[in-house]
Amino acid sequence: METIETSYDYKPEFTQLNLGPTHPATHGIFQNILTMDGEIIVNAEQTVGYIHRAFEKIAEKRPYYQVTPLTDRLNYCSSPINNMGWHMTVEKLLGVETPKRVDYMRIIIMEFARIADHLICNSVIGVDVGALTGFTYVFQWREKIYDIYEEICGARLTTNIGRIGGLERDFSPACLKKIKEFIAEFPAALTEFTNLLERNRIFMDRTIGAGPISVDRALAYGFTGPNLRAAGLDYDVRVMNPYCSYQDFDFVIPIGTQGDTYDRFMVRQQEMWESLKIVKQAFENLPEGKFFADVPDFFLPPKEEVYQNMEALIFHFKIVMGEADVPVGEVYHAVEGGNGELGYYLVSDGGRAAYRLHFRRPCFIYYQAYPEMIKGSTLSDAIVTMSSMNVIAGELDA
Amino acid sequence: MSTISNGYILNEVSEQFPDSVIDSLESYGMQSIEVKANDIVAILSFLKSHPQIQMNFLTDVCGIHYPDQIGKELGAVYHLHSFTNNVRLRLKCFVPAEKPEVPSITSVFEAANWQERETFDFYGIEFVGHPNLTRILNVDEMDYFPLRKEYPLEDQTRTDKDDSYFGR
Repeated sequence: METIETSYDYKPEFTQLNLGPTHPATHGIFQNILTMDGEIIVNAEQTVGYIHRAFEKIAEKRPYYQVTPLTDRLNYCSSPINNMGWHMTVEKLLGVETPKRVDYMRIIIMEFARIADHLICNSVIGVDVGALTGFTYVFQWREKIYDIYEEICGARLTTNIGRIGGLERDFSPACLKKIKEFIAEFPAALTEFTNLLERNRIFMDRTIGAGPISVDRALAYGFTGPNLRAAGLDYDVRVMNPYCSYQDFDFVIPIGTQGDTYDRFMVRQQEMWESLKIVKQAFENLPEGKFFADVPDFFLPPKEEVYQNMEALIFHFKIVMGEADVPVGEVYHAVEGGNGELGYYLVSDGGRAAYRLHFRRPCFIYYQAYPEMIKGSTLSDAIVTMSSMNVIAGELDA
Repeated sequence: MSTISNGYILNEVSEQFPDSVIDSLESYGMQSIEVKANDIVAILSFLKSHPQIQMNFLTDVCGIHYPDQIGKELGAVYHLHSFTNNVRLRLKCFVPAEKPEVPSITSVFEAANWQERETFDFYGIEFVGHPNLTRILNVDEMDYFPLRKEYPLEDQTRTDKDDSYFGR
């Protein structure tokens, strides 16, 4: 009888797949070269730097107040947090004590920024699993937050909000009205969004177990912010090293257990509720007083005084020309940004500009864990993992 | 609140590595220690595994350039954070610009991987033992290290350029 030779030697054939640099699901310009075995990801290699703009070099030439617009463009989904972090870094270097009213106003703005950041991130996770509805619903609430920014500083996305030593102006009656309306109306909208996704069977099936990371690996990779908390460690700069009077507020740090996409989503959902709680407390207890600290070398005098008063005119020119003296020293100041610990390492040699300024960008540091998180999973899981990590190209590349 | 003082950390490091600690300074509440570049891996793993200090988190790695410090022009700056004690620490090491070699700390903290690449990219500090020391933010063809001080940004007060077309 004739035998037929059969071969069971399976040789996998890998395909190279370019995810990015411009791809609708990357939400930014960065590339992933995926090695695929069919639908399964075998390896991933990242290329970053497509929108690198040399902010650290530019900052070495600019007077301190001109660095604020550069920080806008790091995590542009929550620019005010970056701006405030920079102001606080310079204030730390100068040893400025800000009045309580400034702290509370800043906290209102920063927590609004966090809500806007998380709203975008979470609704985009929905978009990436095919649920566009939630995104279109919550986008108008981000617009309402931007309206509040606009009342405060005149800008919406790249805000350049606040000044070294305080804020450029006090909250106007229109602004206070908008904040009040937002606090009153937002819970209903967020509940609607919650109902749409949080216990949605399709959404849960798509996100639970996608892109998990253990807490040890997350720590080794330098995770901070919601992504670390989703893995199960309650590190939050606002609580660990309170800045800007965060110690006055009552809020909870939500944590997850699995570190997967669903946990990251849930941590951000809960953080929005907590941020709203902080905004409410700050708004209700907004102290009376000045909206700027006494730093005439850095805080621009009111325009009326510049026209009438000799000293005000001198300070105005000194500040605009960037001729104020700063102490020699090194400071590191960290704030809890939308994505984690946003740090500023500032070295001053006493000159008009920073001798060295380094931004600790949470995105850049935790994005290196991405290949490990998606290896062995499918391409569709890689997409939701990326959007749940909230990688913002501006912060990635500085 | 932190239970471990900055002075305690400095003492422990200088007792364990008496020849390595070059300088120290406490400013704005953070202890800063300058150490010899060759000992950086040993010091970091000592601090990480120390039963009391437990510097378990690498916050940041970056470079710095002092062209006037002859023999130690280029520096690597490490920011560490102990979550258990909530205390931060800054370590620095300096190397000459002709031979800018610092041991890579990726064996102790994996998070240093990209941060060392970034530092190499901008300052040209060679991290010996790094698994993949290539440029990360700049293009691969670049043959200089842009954040070094010998590459100044354009002077804003230049007069030899005609900017009238731009309304300036």
